[in-house]
Amino acid sequence: MDFSPTPEQEELRAQARAFLAGSLQPSWDELAELGWTGASVPEAEGGTGLGFLEEAVLFEELGRAITPTPFRSTVAVVLPALPPDLQGEVARGEASWTLATGPLVQDLDTATRIAYVGGDSIWELEGAEREILLTNDESRPLGVVTGGSAGRRLGSSKLLPLLRTRSLTSLALEACGVGARALELAVDHANERIQFGKAIGNYQAVSHPLATTLVELELGRSLAQFAAWCVAEGDDRAPVAAAAAKAHCADAAVAACERSIQTHGGIGFTWEHVLHRLYKRALGIQAWDTSGERLRAEIADHLLGGGL
Amino acid sequence: MDLHDTPSEAQFRGDLRSWLAGNRPGATDDDAPSPTEVLRDWSRRLYAAGYSGLTWPVEHGGGGKPYSYQAIFHEELARTEAPQHLGVIGLGMAGPTIIAHGTDAQKASRLAHVLSAAEIWCQGFSEPDAGSDLSAVRTSARLEGSHFVIDGQKVWSSYAHIADWCLLIARSDAASERQVGLTCLIVDMRSPGIEVRPLRQITGEAEFNEIFFSGVEVPVENVIGEIGEGWHVAMTTLLHERGTLGFALTASLEVVMRRLIELARDRGATAVQRDAIAREWIELEALRYTAYRSLSDLMKTGVPGPEGAILKLQWSEANQRVTKLALELLGSDAQLLAGNAPYGGYWQYQQLRSRGNTIEAGTSEILRSIIAERVLGLPRSR
Ligand SMILES: Cc1cc2nc3c(=O)[nH]c(=O)nc-3n(C[C@H](O)[C@H](O)[C@H](O)COP(=O)(O)OP(=O)(O)OC[C@H]3O[C@@H](n4cnc5c(N)ncnc54)[C@H](O)[C@@H]3O)c2cc1C
Repeated sequence: MDFSPTPEQEELRAQARAFLAGSLQPSWDELAELGWTGASVPEAEGGTGLGFLEEAVLFEELGRAITPTPFRSTVAVVLPALPPDLQGEVARGEASWTLATGPLVQDLDTATRIAYVGGDSIWELEGAEREILLTNDESRPLGVVTGGSAGRRLGSSKLLPLLRTRSLTSLALEACGVGARALELAVDHANERIQFGKAIGNYQAVSHPLATTLVELELGRSLAQFAAWCVAEGDDRAPVAAAAAKAHCADAAVAACERSIQTHGGIGFTWEHVLHRLYKRALGIQAWDTSGERLRAEIADHLLGGGL
Repeated sequence: MDLHDTPSEAQFRGDLRSWLAGNRPGATDDDAPSPTEVLRDWSRRLYAAGYSGLTWPVEHGGGGKPYSYQAIFHEELARTEAPQHLGVIGLGMAGPTIIAHGTDAQKASRLAHVLSAAEIWCQGFSEPDAGSDLSAVRTSARLEGSHFVIDGQKVWSSYAHIADWCLLIARSDAASERQVGLTCLIVDMRSPGIEVRPLRQITGEAEFNEIFFSGVEVPVENVIGEIGEGWHVAMTTLLHERGTLGFALTASLEVVMRRLIELARDRGATAVQRDAIAREWIELEALRYTAYRSLSDLMKTGVPGPEGAILKLQWSEANQRVTKLALELLGSDAQLLAGNAPYGGYWQYQQLRSRGNTIEAGTSEILRSIIAERVLGLPRSR
C-alpha cells in the first residue's frame, strides 16, 4: 500500500508549476509539445502513454495557475469518447474539444471541436454557431451553441457516467490547486503584514482560520487523489469518490479564498490582486454542473437507499 | 501510488480476518464499554496471536512489521467492531517512549508486559496548573541518594485507577522553569505515598483520576532518558504516538458512522439530515485517505509528519458532529438513559464522551496553533 506520488509525478508537478508561472496563457500547441494533451493517449497514437494520475497533477496545477485553456474539457471529459485517430490529433495539438451536455458549455471560446450527445451516441457537432457569454471567472467563459448538425459518431453514450466521473474528479483537483494557492498567499501576507507591532499571523484570530483552511484542503486533496486513483484503476468506487471529492473540494477552495481575502484586508478586495480571480474560479467550480448539495443527495441515496 | 495490499499485506489481512471471526469477544447488544477483565483477556489473546505491538521491534516482543500492518489491523478491528487492546497508554505512549529512550533493563522488564496487558500504564502529565501548557509542571522529583522523592499532584490521568505503572513527568530541578529541569520517570503505582482518586466524568463513569504523590520513592534506575531531559523525552512520545493514531481514530469513527447509517435507515431521515449524513461520510472518507497519505510518508521517511495533528483535530470534531446527528435522529428518545434508551444508550454515551475528544491529547485550539506554526510556518502565538 502506497498512497504517495511517484518521483516522476513530483517531477511533472515541478515542471508544470514552473512552466505555468512563466506562461499565463499558453497555446494549445505549447501544451501539446510538453506532452500534456497526449499524456494518456497511447504512444502508438502520438501520446506519452501515461495515465489519469499524471493528468491529475496537471488539472491541479492548471487550477492553481487559473490558466485559460480547454485542457480540462478536452482531456478529462471528451478524450475517452474519441476514437484513436482523433485522440492522436489531440495529442499532437491539432484539436481540442468540449462537450455540450446542457444549455451552457465550457471552453467554447477556445476548444476547436464540439461533441454532443444524441440518442445512444456521442457525436461531433458540426457547423454550430457559438455565442460566448461573459462570466464571473474571466479565465473560463461559458457559451451556448445553436444549430449545427451531427458529424462523425465518436462513441457510445454509455460512456457518459465515466465522463462525468472524470469531470467531477478534475474539478476537485483544480479546486485543490486554487485553494492551496489562496492559502499560501494568506500565509505570506500574515507573516509580512505588521499591525499593532506584530505580524498579524501572531494573532490566533488570524492564524486559526488558516489552520482550518489547511485541514480542509488536505482532506480535500486526499479525496481528490483517491478519486483520481479510482479513475486510473477503473475501480467501482470511482463515481461516489468523485462526487465526494467535488462536493468537498469546491467548498474548501471557496472557503480558502474567502479566508485569504479576509486575511489580506483591503488589498484582498481589489481588482488588482490575484485573489479575486482565484475566488471566482473557486466559485465557478462550485457552481459548475452538479452542486455539492446535489452530489451529497446522490451520496445519501447510495448510503441509505432512495429518498424519503 | 497504489492502494492495493501487497501480497504479504493481503495474506496478513486474510489471516487476521479469520482469526477475528473466531476470537473476537461476543458482540454485546447493549454496547456498554466492556468490563476491564473482558478487555484484559482479549488483549492477552491479541498478544498470544502476535497482534500486539505489530510495529514494535522483534527484540522487544513486537512484530517488527511496517506501519501498513498496523493500519490493516485497525481497519479489520473496525470492520468487526472488536474492541481495542486495553493497554492504550502503554502501547501508544509508554512503550514507544521506553523503546526510544529507555535503558536495556527497562526494556527487558516492562515491554513484554505492555504487549500482553499484564501491566497497565497511565500517563501522569497534566496537573491542575499545567494543562495545555505542560511546561508549567510543578510536581517535584528530588534526588536523594539512589532514588527520587516525588511530591505533587497529577490530574485527568486515564486508567490510573487500574494502572500498574505511571509514565510521569516531574520537575527535578527546583530552580528551573518551563521546559528545562524536567525528568521522565517510571513510577510503580503501588508505591507507598500514592493516592488515586477517581473523577466522575460527564458520562457518569470514572475513567480518569487525580493522583496524589507524597514522599513517593522512585529508584534512579527508573529515569527514562537523561535527568533534566524530560521535556525532550515527552515530546518524542507525543510525536510517535501520532504515527498511526490516525488509523485508530478513523477506524473508530467508521464504526460510529456505520451505526449512524443503520439508525437513519431504521428511523428515517429528513432531506436536511440526509445531507448532513452524506457530509459526515465524506469527512470520514477524507480522514481515511489522509491517514493513508500520512502512513505512506511515514513509511518512506520513518518520521511521523504533522498530519497527526490534522487527523486528530478533524476526527474529534467529526465525532462530535456525528454523535450529535444521531441524537437528532433519535428525537425525544435522545433524552432516555441506558436501559430505556434505544440501542442501550449507545448514542447518549458516545455523544457525551465525544465532548472530551477536543480536549484530551491536545485541545483543538492547541492543535490549530501547532498546525499554524509547524505546517504553515506562521509565528508562534504562545
Ligand atoms: C477524557 C480525557 C482524558 C485525559 N487523559 C489524560 C491522561 O491520561 N494523562 C494526562 O496527563 N492528561 C490527560 N488529560 C488532560 C488533557 O491533556 C488536558 O485536559 C488538556 O491538555 C487541556 O488542559 P486543561 O484541561 O488544563 O485546559 P487548559 O489548558 O486550561 O485549557 C482551557 C481552554 O483554554 C484553551 N487554551 C489554553 N491555552 C491556549 C492558548 N495558548 N491558545 C489558545 N487557547 C488556549 C484550551 O484550548 C481550552 O479550550 C485528559 C483529558 C480528558 C478530557
